[in-house]
Amino acid sequence: MGTQLDSAKSVFRLGLFRDFPTLMHYRDFGGYQALAKALAGSPEAVIGDIGAAGLRGRGGAAFPTAAKLQMVRDNPPGERYVICNADEGEPGTFKDRFIMTHIPFQLLEGMTIAAYAVGAAQGFIYIRHEYPEAQETMRRAIAAARAAGLLGGDILGSGFSFDIEIFSGAGSYLCGEETALLSSIEGKKGRPRLKPPYPTQSGLWGRPTLINNVETLANIPPIVDRGPDWYRALGTADSHGTKLISLSGDVVRRGLYEVPFGTTFREIIDNCGGGVRQGRLKAVNIGGASGVVVPPWELDCPLEYSACGQHGITIGSGAVFVMDDSRSILENVRNRVDFFLHESCGKCTPCREGLRQAGRIIHRLLAGNAVLADIDNLERYTRTMQNAAFCGLGQAAGNSLISSLKYFRGEYEAMCRDRGEAAPKEATA
Amino acid sequence: MSTQRQSVKDIVTAPAAGQAALLQALLAVQDASPENYVSEEAVNEIAHLLGISRSRVYSTASFYSVISLKPRGRHIVRVCINAPCENAGKQAVLAALEQELGVGLGCTTPDGRFTLEGVSCLGACYMSPAIKIDNQLYGDLTAEAAVAIIRRCREEENIGHTA
Repeated sequence: MGTQLDSAKSVFRLGLFRDFPTLMHYRDFGGYQALAKALAGSPEAVIGDIGAAGLRGRGGAAFPTAAKLQMVRDNPPGERYVICNADEGEPGTFKDRFIMTHIPFQLLEGMTIAAYAVGAAQGFIYIRHEYPEAQETMRRAIAAARAAGLLGGDILGSGFSFDIEIFSGAGSYLCGEETALLSSIEGKKGRPRLKPPYPTQSGLWGRPTLINNVETLANIPPIVDRGPDWYRALGTADSHGTKLISLSGDVVRRGLYEVPFGTTFREIIDNCGGGVRQGRLKAVNIGGASGVVVPPWELDCPLEYSACGQHGITIGSGAVFVMDDSRSILENVRNRVDFFLHESCGKCTPCREGLRQAGRIIHRLLAGNAVLADIDNLERYTRTMQNAAFCGLGQAAGNSLISSLKYFRGEYEAMCRDRGEAAPKEATA
Repeated sequence: MSTQRQSVKDIVTAPAAGQAALLQALLAVQDASPENYVSEEAVNEIAHLLGISRSRVYSTASFYSVISLKPRGRHIVRVCINAPCENAGKQAVLAALEQELGVGLGCTTPDGRFTLEGVSCLGACYMSPAIKIDNQLYGDLTAEAAVAIIRRCREEENIGHTA
């Protein structure tokens, strides 16, 4: 799939593991050296390495991974869990699927090291229902790891025991939210819980729980094996390591790319994707449905947490969806709003009703029945969702609306019946 | 129905079911059902076997879009309705599927073979527009290709029946 990073500078080395997700193949390329190294040292040393590497969560929230590990570790002795969040529902994202189907053992190794760091004996991988092939590959990988003594009792003769179960999702985007995911494993509706308490203190069945995204956990073995200095050298002073980018839309080469932090979005589109397929670049949606829509002049922003923060760009899951100048911004925003309205759990009013009203206005705009005042209302509803929704789904649902209103307001106004009618009430006063 | 009841008991009481039983049981029971759904009898049985109320089972079952409480076709055709597939020509693919199957989104063909559903992202945006039939993913589709896939499914099933 497209050009890949030189394996000396790559965390995932996807080029090496094109069609061979076998344990032997993984070990031939240094797999499970990190686990042996981790088990020979202390759990604190593992957390120290991950902290020194500066790894941050790759699911979207970018929380420092070592801090999370430490929080779970610091609980009083007792049962605790490690959960891999593989409910990759963010539209436009397919990186976790590729990790699971191509380098499943790197994920298992990362989870096992994380479990050793926090002192957990049981892990779960919550894989979305839409990925049966990933569930199957992970099941086979778990069986192979068990047979080789890399999972189960007394791993590599260290006395440390850890096992993993696969848990299938059932078509709910919201279950990618960590507390909704916990409710789902417990057999309930996948609705979010109030935080605090955070899962690190009170997670699955009320026990301390480490929940990390697939990509985050798969980053751990290379950090432990090659060391934090190697890892830090891959990115920028602000953001370390690499990021998997799911590139889709109107580019020549759609696909999965691993890029070092610091790469600009324009480089991703031009160098990885081979540029826009036809026509001219109009807009890019970054971070999936919960991300933002930005115009071409924002694309020189580097993929870096601080720079993206300043530009109002959400790195999110690393989805980059390109739109050429034949695309309607409003149609795409309508698609996002319809999506969130369907996925909203209905628990809180700002999300449930805000999305319904936003949807009505967008549909009215597209039908040519809206007036300029509708746009102001749309903006107000969106702000309310962003500020007052109970969980991240509702808060992020407004991102594509607000960013498109900021950069492409003209397209909204052009759809209004009363466009061009200047109504400066204040001026007459 | 008795065959489904039997399998419900096997599924729910299997040692692998473990602590995290309810949602996985619902999925497994649905997969074992020839009509791809969880019947009222199966809900009762799951509630009984897990020692929880029927309303708890319904509460969970009705929340998840993959679980159906109504009978469906033997094969589920899922069309990705998200933005990357939408822009890549999903509308033409969906229209062709609706015409070929003779039913709209959310409906089952009269012969009980196919149910047509929309789905939020199949994680196949590098080959959009994409659809999934049961566990098989198809990408880079055109209207003609989608129709050909449905016809091939029918033929394969016919051969399976006569063999």
